[in-house]
Amino acid sequence: MNPKLRAVLRDSRFSGVLLIALLLLLWQLSAMYVVTSPTWPTVVRILEAWFENIIDGTLATHLLATFWRQMLGYGLAVVLGIGLGLAMGYYRALYNLFEPLVEVLRPIPGPAYLPLLVLFVGIGHEMKVVLIFLASLFPIVLNTYSGVRSIDRVQFDTARTLGLTTLQTFRELVIPAASPQILTGMRISLAISLILAILGEMIVSNDGLGYFVLLSQRTFKVPEMYAGIFTLALFGYALNRIFLVIEASLVRWHHESSGRI
Amino acid sequence: MADYLLVDRLEKRFTSHGRAAFKDITFSVGQGEFVALIGPSGCGKSTLLHIMAGLSEPSAGMVRLKGERIGGPRPEMMFVFQQYTKSIFPWKTVLENVLLGVKYQSNAPRKALEKICLEHLDLVGLSRYPHYYPYQLSGGMQQRVAIARALARRPKILLMDEPFSALDAMMRVELQDLLLELWSKLQLTILFVTHDLDEALYLAQRVIMLSASPATIAEMVDVPLSYPRRQIETRSEPAYLELRERLYRSMVTQVVAGRVDAP
Repeated sequence: MNPKLRAVLRDSRFSGVLLIALLLLLWQLSAMYVVTSPTWPTVVRILEAWFENIIDGTLATHLLATFWRQMLGYGLAVVLGIGLGLAMGYYRALYNLFEPLVEVLRPIPGPAYLPLLVLFVGIGHEMKVVLIFLASLFPIVLNTYSGVRSIDRVQFDTARTLGLTTLQTFRELVIPAASPQILTGMRISLAISLILAILGEMIVSNDGLGYFVLLSQRTFKVPEMYAGIFTLALFGYALNRIFLVIEASLVRWHHESSGRI
Repeated sequence: MADYLLVDRLEKRFTSHGRAAFKDITFSVGQGEFVALIGPSGCGKSTLLHIMAGLSEPSAGMVRLKGERIGGPRPEMMFVFQQYTKSIFPWKTVLENVLLGVKYQSNAPRKALEKICLEHLDLVGLSRYPHYYPYQLSGGMQQRVAIARALARRPKILLMDEPFSALDAMMRVELQDLLLELWSKLQLTILFVTHDLDEALYLAQRVIMLSASPATIAEMVDVPLSYPRRQIETRSEPAYLELRERLYRSMVTQVVAGRVDAP
């Protein structure tokens, strides 16, 4: 094989991007010549629908609605999850008190809370926020306390010999030392929060991308449905990329000291 | 001055099986003295040092500093850990690590504190590395950071727990000489735990040897060698060799005794 080509295949993701383009091309051709069905519109037709819905602001409105409720639920889970996780990781008694409860609640799949929440919180905006919050909470709690609990004894002894108070120990040692794992939990929950936001919107809502996709399908606007799914793909991808960039800058020391860069 | 730092009938039992790690340990360290504490592994010498630092509780007995009982870490005593990769926080630069030792200790403005830290980094030969992260430094340099951080707090006593045992031979030699230089320059009192007999004899004025578990004091000898000590010359002096052989015999006896005693 040409060494130049081999280098490109090894060192860049050019081939991966090319694969996506090829699949889209295959889709386009199959929709034009093989499967001529309204449920399988051409890529060009989808892009047109996508473009129209971007221009008239429909997609932006729904995207913002999704993003807003996702961030409310996720933000709440981050704040409370890190707080609870830090306390559980640091104080043995709190760990013993809450760990069994966390272990029992954690395996419940997020969507299972839905019927219960409808009974207690109703079907409005709050229900979806609480649903996102509950599903996002546990990965953050779990990763935070296991991050704190894996801090080496020597590091706590160091903090003690330097005369740090509990608050100073949290600031200077516990939070930075646990941050790689806290961020891992936050990244897992970020993906979960989007899933639950879309699910909530598909069940009961009058805005959001989940609502838009489902409504498009029900009203036979198939190209719009695909456009909504494409938007979700890009949105999810962008969220994850942004998170990775922030994560890398926050815990560069961790990646570099474990030789991952 | 003999009773500056006093270890008084100290005993530590393991919580799990109730057996004593060491018992009836009594000795004192004079102000400005350099004492090495050696013993076979598992004899509890590191635990003893942790108790002296106030990081751990004894099962019986006590440690006194100028007559006052030690119940927790004291600002005039600083501990240097064997595990420098952990003791130095990897998310902080060299300067930030040293600064951590002083920034909550005094209300001086940050600039003044940074100046103190840079002076102490200079003292350990790291003046060119304040903005490096620990992972960019060698093991010897990381342990120097830990020493600079301890010294920046202006302690009177250094408690050192096998600080050089994870380093290669070249680094160890360099840091031993640096430590002796700092000891005389800053008039420190040093209690130095090691399992290396040569290191103990080369550095200390007095060597305390613990027996195998349950440990008691097996030997306590003055090292009749003058300072400054030199790596090659000191280690070939007759007095050094004689003492080394005597302690080595004693150490072997301890290890063998420990083996027979073992269940």
